[in-house]
Amino acid sequence: MSEETHPSPSAHVPPTGAEAREKLLENYPKKTLRKRSKQMLVNETPETPAQIGANSRTVPGIITQRGCSYAGCKGVVIGPIYDILHITHGPIGCGYYSWLSRRNKTRIREDNETNYLQYSMSTDMQENHIVFGGEKQLAQAIEEAYEEFKPKAISVYATCPVGLIGDDIHSVCAEAKKKLGINVFGFSCEGYKGVSQSAGHHIANNGVFKNMIGLDDTEQDYPYTINVLGEYNIGGDAWEIDRVLNLCGIKVIGTLSGGVSYDEICNCHQANLNVVMCHRSINYMAEMMETKFGIPWFKVNFIGLEGTKKSLRKIAQYFGDKTLIDRVEEVIAAEMAEVRPVLEDVKPRTSGKKAALFVGGSRAHHYQDLFTDMDMEVFAAGYEFAHRDDYEGRDVLPNIKVDADTRNIEDLTIEQDETRFNLRQTVDRKKSLEDSGFEFSDYEGMMRQMKKDTLVIDDISHHELEKLIEMYKPDIIGSGVKDKYVIEKMGIPCKQLHSYDYGGPYAGFKGAINFYEEIDRMTSSKVWQLNRAPWDEEPVAKEEPAAVSA
Amino acid sequence: MLEGTTAEIRERKALRVNPVKTCQPIGAMYAALGVNGCMPHSHGSQGCCAYHRSHLTRHYKEPVVATTSSFTEGASVFGGMSNLTTAIENIFSIYEPEIVAVHTTCLSEVIGDDIPTIIKKAAEAGKIPEGKTVIHANTPSFVGSHITGFANQCEAFVKYLAEPRQGEEPRKMINIFPGFVDPADMREIRRLADDLGIEYLMVPDASDVLDSAYDGKYQMYPDGGTPVAGLKMMGENQLSVGLGPLASEPALKTIAKKCEQPTELLELPIGVSATDAFVNSLRLAAGVKVPTEMVRERGRLIDMISDMSQYLHKKKVALFGDPDHLTSMTRFLVEIGMEPAIVIAGHPGKKWEKKIREIAPGAEVRASSDMHYLHQWIKNHPVDLLIGNSYGKLVAKAEDIPFVRFGFPILDRVGHRAFSIVGYRGAMRLIEKMTDTLFDHTDRLCPDEDLELIQ
Ligand code: SF4
Ligand code: SF4
Repeated sequence: MSEETHPSPSAHVPPTGAEAREKLLENYPKKTLRKRSKQMLVNETPETPAQIGANSRTVPGIITQRGCSYAGCKGVVIGPIYDILHITHGPIGCGYYSWLSRRNKTRIREDNETNYLQYSMSTDMQENHIVFGGEKQLAQAIEEAYEEFKPKAISVYATCPVGLIGDDIHSVCAEAKKKLGINVFGFSCEGYKGVSQSAGHHIANNGVFKNMIGLDDTEQDYPYTINVLGEYNIGGDAWEIDRVLNLCGIKVIGTLSGGVSYDEICNCHQANLNVVMCHRSINYMAEMMETKFGIPWFKVNFIGLEGTKKSLRKIAQYFGDKTLIDRVEEVIAAEMAEVRPVLEDVKPRTSGKKAALFVGGSRAHHYQDLFTDMDMEVFAAGYEFAHRDDYEGRDVLPNIKVDADTRNIEDLTIEQDETRFNLRQTVDRKKSLEDSGFEFSDYEGMMRQMKKDTLVIDDISHHELEKLIEMYKPDIIGSGVKDKYVIEKMGIPCKQLHSYDYGGPYAGFKGAINFYEEIDRMTSSKVWQLNRAPWDEEPVAKEEPAAVSA
Repeated sequence: MLEGTTAEIRERKALRVNPVKTCQPIGAMYAALGVNGCMPHSHGSQGCCAYHRSHLTRHYKEPVVATTSSFTEGASVFGGMSNLTTAIENIFSIYEPEIVAVHTTCLSEVIGDDIPTIIKKAAEAGKIPEGKTVIHANTPSFVGSHITGFANQCEAFVKYLAEPRQGEEPRKMINIFPGFVDPADMREIRRLADDLGIEYLMVPDASDVLDSAYDGKYQMYPDGGTPVAGLKMMGENQLSVGLGPLASEPALKTIAKKCEQPTELLELPIGVSATDAFVNSLRLAAGVKVPTEMVRERGRLIDMISDMSQYLHKKKVALFGDPDHLTSMTRFLVEIGMEPAIVIAGHPGKKWEKKIREIAPGAEVRASSDMHYLHQWIKNHPVDLLIGNSYGKLVAKAEDIPFVRFGFPILDRVGHRAFSIVGYRGAMRLIEKMTDTLFDHTDRLCPDEDLELIQ
């Protein structure tokens, strides 16, 4: 079947991990080679992952997938809060590109609200602001924004030139806050900070924690309340997760940050538990909330059937209520009844096909589960901006060397909140559960889950990706928009795992159905066959003699 | 949709809301991709490069490769010399381009990196292989817009590569600078020149680069693009024709000075008279006759305009986008009896405002403005049709206005990749798009008894 429909038959004999690694590293100048070798491993001992180079600088001149700290802060973590008015302080580009390009879906709750994600606001800095400073421009922009829209809060993001000319956005914001009487805060997320989007995540976590978390103490009188951290509602994922949790009787106070409102974030310290989807982008928040309020956290994964089931069961087990535990089983059974036929339908076609995933800081791991559901094999994977703990598991945290690029990012010192710590006995619950082997603050990382001899490649370069495809002839690659058409020119379908190719949701049960159908479509597509024209089939010899004899 | 936008217009001096322009480097990157074997290089933090590549990819649905200097905080403090030098070494050994076109970003501009010196030092240190070239353009985003970046990159081709004329007589060949238009448009401009039977060099030429054919193989440097050898010979040619003043004027000025070459600056050939001007200029310069088929093609356009004019007459149009596109489009709308009601550019320019007011005397015209203003104005003065890039769909949805996509970027439709809007054929396509959109809108909203089968 795949022989006929696909130019890259799975029957092709792939190289061993070690052979492939060697080939991928060919051609590099010495220094670049040294650097890239550390970021590329054969997963020889999955149970005890080897040390990988991660969260280190991209070598200049390498075509990388990575973006900047501004993108990680404004684009990823704070941008999705829909009722905050977001102002990018800088020249026009940064704010322009982060306008509606990420598909973090949202909807307004009431008719008279404004969804600020539909707007791109910036100070559109001009040369004179660069020369004389942009603080006045920013102060005025904030006032004009308030006059025009009357938002409940305004958030300001610094871009590269702003940091360099030394604008103090924080004092401008503090002034404005006093003057306007609404919450106004800034993020120093200049793009040159750190080595990727990751720095921006950390800066954003700090800012959200300092300026929003804990502002609204309204109590939640429902027992099973959680926050879903590190879920950005791409293609509606968060809504599917909400749907399933609701069916189970679990209430989400805040999803950080997907389809979420300012008020929900201000109140989310009233939850009894934090569950973490994308560990990379939000583990800081989980830790800080635990230290300050005593809310425990653990890792979940709503991508793929096994992860979704396990996560639901673990949440129910945390609350320990028999009716809740039973309800979760009922929901799983009902949902599975819908998923199963779809999975059974696609499996004969997807089974044995090969995939590689190079994306983000958690998706390259999470999406392996969906491919496993379909009986597909992931032979290589890597993150764009993750750290060692996302590869090797959180147990390596004490051994990670802090380099200069990381040291430049502020690490907040958090203290226990005397009056609001452990209000709902969450600390005690954690303690008793831990005694029975229940794991908290856990993340085992990607490598433990991957098969022996698979390839793990951090911050993959364009060059490596091209070679990898030549060697393995995979059936599909999961990646981002910059790679998509490179890969598809080679006749290999590429699933965008940032934007979902404008589809989704892929989380939870309904999401899994969408994903199976989509991957089935992509890996069985006949489009690549259209490349053959009749004259490609006709032997040339037939024409030539005629031409000669004429 | 856009619930926060009200009809009450307040003057804004510092806040840009929903821009109608973006930053310089993306234009420079696009221009550089139109040179054969060229690797665009973004000298700054890697975020800019990632954004520019992503956005160009979303518009063209094609591979867009470019390298970056990947600045970190250290580079921002100490300057980007070492990053650029390392980058040059890596680019040539890993990606093997013919030429690297460096452009700056806000960051390296503010730092004040002296790119020519860095390039010179890299060459002296043997980092640039024999026969390969590195050029640069300054593209600070706090000046102008993405069109400025495109223009600056085109000018850099001339500055670095064009050599003053050696031959006694100029070659019977014309340099055509197409302006910031799509590959399909560049292809159509070439067809017009081919049909006229003239020899020309198009600079840059993104056709067969950013609309390359599928053949199961990936080529980092596709077959298309202006050859570097051609760029070096630009000075030998008899004339340079630049389309779109904003995008092409700097290159024309430089080639006039450097190579003492006559130049002619025209508007983008969108619509009847702008295409006429382009065809006529080539005709006169090359001393050729306009072929019958082209005359007929023009005639078919006029025929279509007359057939459709009852539906176009006095229809009020709101337009936004880049000045060069807007100038020609406004003129075309006036030609076909429509009424440009408001014309908004993000790019600054008083001269341009004046020009548009001359073409469309009653229109509200603003440069250095944004879509929020356009939206508010429309709330006060309803229009029949909205024309602009994909971002216009927000306003179109909010106000339920028929909407035709035009300009850069188009992120949500496929037509611009295959079908041109320049020349006589392009004008026919625009008429088709506008009337289709207007008809669809009426058909959807009108009472059953008013539904017209024949139009
Ligand atoms: S920093 Fe400047 S060059 Fe980079 S994206 Fe922003 S506006 Fe564009
Ligand atoms: S200028 Fe800086 S903040 Fe803006 S996109 Fe570029 S790297 Fe990011």
